[in-house]
Amino acid sequence: MAEYKEYRGMCVVGECKKYYGTDDAKVIHEEPKGVEIKNVHLHDAVIVGAGLAGMYAALELKKAGYDVAVLTKVFPTRSHSGAAQGGISAALANLEEDHIEWHFFDTVKGSDYLGDQDAIEMMVKEAPRIIYEYEHMGVPFSRTPDGKIMQRYFGGHVKDFGRGGPVLRACMAADRTGHVLLHTLWEQCVKYNVRFYSEFFLLSLIIKSGKCIGVTVWDLINGGIHVFQGKAILLATGGYGRCYSITSNSHANTADGLGVVMRAGLPLEDMEFVQFHPSGLAFLGVLLTEGARGEGGYLINNEGERFMKRYAPEKMELAPRDVVSRAMWAEIEAGRGINGQQYVYLDLRHLGAQKIMERLPQIREISMKLLGIDPIKEPVPVQPTAHYSMGGIPTDICCRVLADGKEKWLEGLWAAGECACVSVHGANRLGTNSLLDASVHGKRAGKDMAAYLSTNPPYEVLPEDCALDAIKQIEWLLNNPGTERPGAIRKELQENMYNLCGVFRRKEDLEKMYNIIKDLQRRYKNILVQDKGAKFNTDLMEALELRNLLETAEVIVASALNRTESRGAHYRRDYPNRDDENWLKHTLAWRTEEGVKFDYKPVVITRFKPEERKY
Amino acid sequence: MAEYVFKIFRYDPEKDETGRVQEYRIDVQPGWTVLDALNYIKWFVDGTLSYRRACRHGICGSCGMTINGKNGLACETQIKDLGTTVITVEPLRGFPVIKDLIVDMEPLYDKLYAIKPYLITKTPPPTDKERLQSPEDRAKLDGKYECILCGCCTSSCPTYWADKNFLGPNALLKAARFLFDSRDEGYEERVSVIDDKHGVWRCHTIFNCVEACPKELNPTQAIVDLRKLILRGKL
Repeated sequence: MAEYKEYRGMCVVGECKKYYGTDDAKVIHEEPKGVEIKNVHLHDAVIVGAGLAGMYAALELKKAGYDVAVLTKVFPTRSHSGAAQGGISAALANLEEDHIEWHFFDTVKGSDYLGDQDAIEMMVKEAPRIIYEYEHMGVPFSRTPDGKIMQRYFGGHVKDFGRGGPVLRACMAADRTGHVLLHTLWEQCVKYNVRFYSEFFLLSLIIKSGKCIGVTVWDLINGGIHVFQGKAILLATGGYGRCYSITSNSHANTADGLGVVMRAGLPLEDMEFVQFHPSGLAFLGVLLTEGARGEGGYLINNEGERFMKRYAPEKMELAPRDVVSRAMWAEIEAGRGINGQQYVYLDLRHLGAQKIMERLPQIREISMKLLGIDPIKEPVPVQPTAHYSMGGIPTDICCRVLADGKEKWLEGLWAAGECACVSVHGANRLGTNSLLDASVHGKRAGKDMAAYLSTNPPYEVLPEDCALDAIKQIEWLLNNPGTERPGAIRKELQENMYNLCGVFRRKEDLEKMYNIIKDLQRRYKNILVQDKGAKFNTDLMEALELRNLLETAEVIVASALNRTESRGAHYRRDYPNRDDENWLKHTLAWRTEEGVKFDYKPVVITRFKPEERKY
Repeated sequence: MAEYVFKIFRYDPEKDETGRVQEYRIDVQPGWTVLDALNYIKWFVDGTLSYRRACRHGICGSCGMTINGKNGLACETQIKDLGTTVITVEPLRGFPVIKDLIVDMEPLYDKLYAIKPYLITKTPPPTDKERLQSPEDRAKLDGKYECILCGCCTSSCPTYWADKNFLGPNALLKAARFLFDSRDEGYEERVSVIDDKHGVWRCHTIFNCVEACPKELNPTQAIVDLRKLILRGKL
């Protein structure tokens, strides 16, 4: 026991007794001046990120008998998968007729035909099995009267290849679906003794002769750099919503995985596609689940009109997210926002108190606690919020990271979940498909990594300078005598991104945004980290995150400027139509010193030929 | 807009012998939560202030702290609801402080690991189908499965302050979440842990945990239900 010093008899201060796994680690480096390498850890598999994808992969590897380490910058149950509310889709047909093919079609159509159909087909086929596996793990799903898993309606999920009405496909646990899946996976990881290293921040990939052999991370609690060497490395680091001021994403969703991938010289895919969720709580961006519309909520403008009838007369509020977000933004631009501001109303009052409290308890709690508004009595102000990143690290359908973005696997490296682009979501993701994507691909990555490990690849010898860049970066941040604070730069980035590279985009705005980012990157060189300590230095962490945000935002804006068409979530005011002739292809973007370079790869089309996407 | 005084607990393990209180005077915008104020201070006033935060809407459980003497999530505490312009913010009590408002949660997690926090089954599940559970049986989990592991309950428990081996409301609520699940078959394994002087019998029904829980759950009720379950099992 460490000695604790008393403070007013209540708070005690003292050493953290965290366990760092020194038994299987050896120190092989001399301590560099200033920042030190604390440890080199050796594991069969190293996973960065402990959301659904990371933990599912960890479970698969552990069950296959491999030694796996899961690194996360937060404690596993704090991951952002837990914030998902509405559901996880699978054609279980528990309440009414449904087919995997319908789910397949809806996902392809939802993606505005940019999703790769081989990957989508595999995902929707795997969906029912994943749900049953979750149930067997102990997920407390809501139940139908006959005891099966409860399913609800969700935008974009319909019957009969888009021809029928909405279908009950989203498996749910009240409106805490992500929360129960995340906690259940964590519970299973505890059961199987998965080794977590919580509160470690990813700094760089270690790549040696075209092979990924490890990562360097910063130990947030004690300070110091750790090297994790493995034969199979998985990035499951989540999305990049924090590039925007109004976002549903956690403070932690800062594109850390994408940052290290770009700095390793690898491309990113389809970064221009950022989904804006229609029902973000006004001013905050915190999400109110689409389930609220699924249960029958109305969107109304300042004239009290259900304006969706002019944009999607059949599906109304249940049209896909991009369609609804654009309709809202168009209303706002036409001056029909409430009080002339950037929001409209989500009205749930007609559902009645009982239904709201039973089916949407969290929605009510959030609006009451964060805005002081009770949806039983008043309509809730909502505005489009940056929600999901369709783009990411290019992978094949086994989640292997593609070094050239097309075919060549970067041996030893996988990516899964929101940070990856398989691509199953194409230009726009359907609601409930994100939990499915993270679970299916987490599992698939885990299986593929286990298969790779079973071939007994050798451990490579770590290069002497493997952590040099990471050390230099930290030393520079801690000692830079600058004047710019991370918070101020980040605020400028986020607010401008929301206004200039948001729901609607145009050439002038994007060019302006690109210059703003370049300017902010220059200012970043003059950054000041006020906290100089090693232990739990969150000021340092925010500065590291900001670099990832700035570099990722640059690729988003450049890709958006490059794609001169409108498709799915990417809407160019100056190019309002989809252009299949020139743009039915994935963007690959390399960030270089001379700007962003582009290449393309074709979309995999197997079954459904592109047609106009109407709802 | 109004000026508020934030009295925040500070402790830097590399500099300070013990904790101290630092005052910040800031203008608070309407609708701000305590987390908004902390963010403002960190981003624009004093970058050394340290605290955990992530989702900022009460689901990740990162920002549990003691605000004006009461445990809660900073992200869900409306400043105006506190009814005063002087606000003290301290780290969760009962856990060792790592830095400022950040505490070492490992003791909390250790208690969770002890009660085997996962569904234990012996009967194999049906192939390619879910196990059935009636809505009535599922309803028995309401008020138990929603826990976000923020630690506010255990940190508020005087019994836990006095007995650091007490499993505490958090772990016992989690135990109830499984013991009352119709699918669970881990009764013996789990009860052997909680039927102990540091388990359900240590609780003095002080009800602090009920008041502290930001998710409005009732760990004391769960503990009482567990006692009944154990006693019934012994009859």
